[in-house]
Amino acid sequence: MILFFQQILNGIMIGSVYSLMALGLTLIYGILHIPNFAHGNKYMLGAFISLTLVTVFKINYWLAIVLSMVVLGAIGFLVERFIYRPLHDQPHINSFIAAIGLLLLLEGIAYSVWGGEWHRFPTAYRQNLSFFGITITLHRLLVIAATAFLIFALQLFIKKTSWGWAIEAVAQDREGAQLVGINVYGVSSLAFAIGTALAAAASSLVAPVYLVYPAMGSLPLIKAFVVIILGGMGSLPGAVIGGYLLGLIESLASGYLAAVYADLFAFAVLVIVLAIRPTGLLGKKIEGTP
Amino acid sequence: MKKWPVIILLVLVASIPLVVKANYPLHLLIMVGIWSIAASSLNLILGFTGQASLGHAAFFGIGAYSSALLMLKAGLSFWLALPLACLTSALFGFLIGLPALRTRGSYFAIATLGFNIIVTIIIEHWEGLTEGGTGISSIPKPEPIVLPWLGEVNFSGMAGQYYLILFFLVLTLFLIYRIIHSPVGKTYTAIRGGEVLAESLGINTRANKLVSFTVSAFFAGLAGALYASYHGFISPDTSNFHVGFDLLIYLLVGGVATLPGPVIGAFIMTLIPETLQSLLEYRIIIYGGFLIVVVIFLPRGLMGLWRDTLWPRLKDLKQPRQG
Repeated sequence: MILFFQQILNGIMIGSVYSLMALGLTLIYGILHIPNFAHGNKYMLGAFISLTLVTVFKINYWLAIVLSMVVLGAIGFLVERFIYRPLHDQPHINSFIAAIGLLLLLEGIAYSVWGGEWHRFPTAYRQNLSFFGITITLHRLLVIAATAFLIFALQLFIKKTSWGWAIEAVAQDREGAQLVGINVYGVSSLAFAIGTALAAAASSLVAPVYLVYPAMGSLPLIKAFVVIILGGMGSLPGAVIGGYLLGLIESLASGYLAAVYADLFAFAVLVIVLAIRPTGLLGKKIEGTP
Repeated sequence: MKKWPVIILLVLVASIPLVVKANYPLHLLIMVGIWSIAASSLNLILGFTGQASLGHAAFFGIGAYSSALLMLKAGLSFWLALPLACLTSALFGFLIGLPALRTRGSYFAIATLGFNIIVTIIIEHWEGLTEGGTGISSIPKPEPIVLPWLGEVNFSGMAGQYYLILFFLVLTLFLIYRIIHSPVGKTYTAIRGGEVLAESLGINTRANKLVSFTVSAFFAGLAGALYASYHGFISPDTSNFHVGFDLLIYLLVGGVATLPGPVIGAFIMTLIPETLQSLLEYRIIIYGGFLIVVVIFLPRGLMGLWRDTLWPRLKDLKQPRQG
């Protein structure tokens, strides 16, 4: 039973990362309809920036996370403005390619700035907490709490502010939003900036648990795609629920089944779900889909 | 299609090993040939049928692994293992196409990507069959064959390999050319244009997409099998989804939905990194930046640039002189 609860707690921690990544991806997908393959590299970049801030500039960890989110938000804004916006009217595939180009570009930059080696992210919260036989480091608990806070803040932003309403409106109907006078380009940039900042938050939070290296973003990216497909692309609650669900499934599977096949499990679920419901579990039915 | 330019081009390409004796340029051209076959296979489903598959590295890997295992573990000859590997790959294409092709657009892209990752993980962990992360080495080269008039053809040298790859590249391009200019090919174009519309014309879109995907997997497997035998070494990296991204890049740079596009793209994108050797550190940055610039300013690739801009201008230049 202790193993079970231990794995549940781990699952929630991993699920926090997936949720934040999936929230960013799904926000961007809802507005721009782009599967943003470069999202994993923004995750990586966010971790490297907060790592540099903490180790080189000796800045407080939490302040470093906020700064890293601001920097990545700005990068996201620029990427939307100068790469994705010119491609808006073109076939989908071109945005794919642009995203892959961006992926290579960011990875190359990370390699030349920080090198290919693995970095350990120092944390002040190393102490172990034990209760009811379960052991967890304080940092892991903080990851869970900070993620819950960010999800709550995003929810407030979307539901209570006029910018949030504008994002929802554009996601529902881009032309309609334009007709009632919403600046759709501004909203696109904003959504992209927020989504990218969330990736930076996810990586900076979890980096002390894992390691920081240029290829660190590829697996979380793909998992986040699995999540938003399961939760329905463009659905914010779907991303949060799906993220935690995938984290739990994975950590239970690796606790009770073979650990090497934990990753396989996620993608098998993906293929099965798509076979049964081609637009995802909570996805809207697309016109003309069988 | 005009016959003469094609024949002249073929003769030129075929005479390269008679002039170039150095191994390295031939090696580069052989790699261009292999990537051209793989990118052409992607072109069939992505370019002509409009379904963006991001999982073609899986078929490439399945082709590579099946031919290598059939030769090394079952002791088959290359000439038997090659078609069997292509058929294995096509079978996987059929099986994965059944569920995956129910989805569309981004969903299809991500579903195929997910499938690709599953294949790579299985290859990496099924050590009893695939040797896992260490990969399979010393994969044999094709056995010599006896051709009428030419006598025995040996494939251990670079020139022999070059002609082998060239033969299969031409065969692939010829078959894809025949497919897209057949009535079936027209239905593919109709599906790309709009699935609902195609359905209203009485086209069975599911069946047609499935056939296109299966054939595409067949050729991707061919490229993989040729790669395995030429390179002599394969590992789970051979089927890594980044390989599929590379194919997509070749296709886009050369020009999607054109026959020469994948070949031009593979040629340029294989040679650019070579010329950038001195800038090794910044290579990937330049490569990525180049892609973004191409996709924004040349959305239809180099073939699109030629057909839409350069060729009409050339014609305009000619016209007044004639008149």
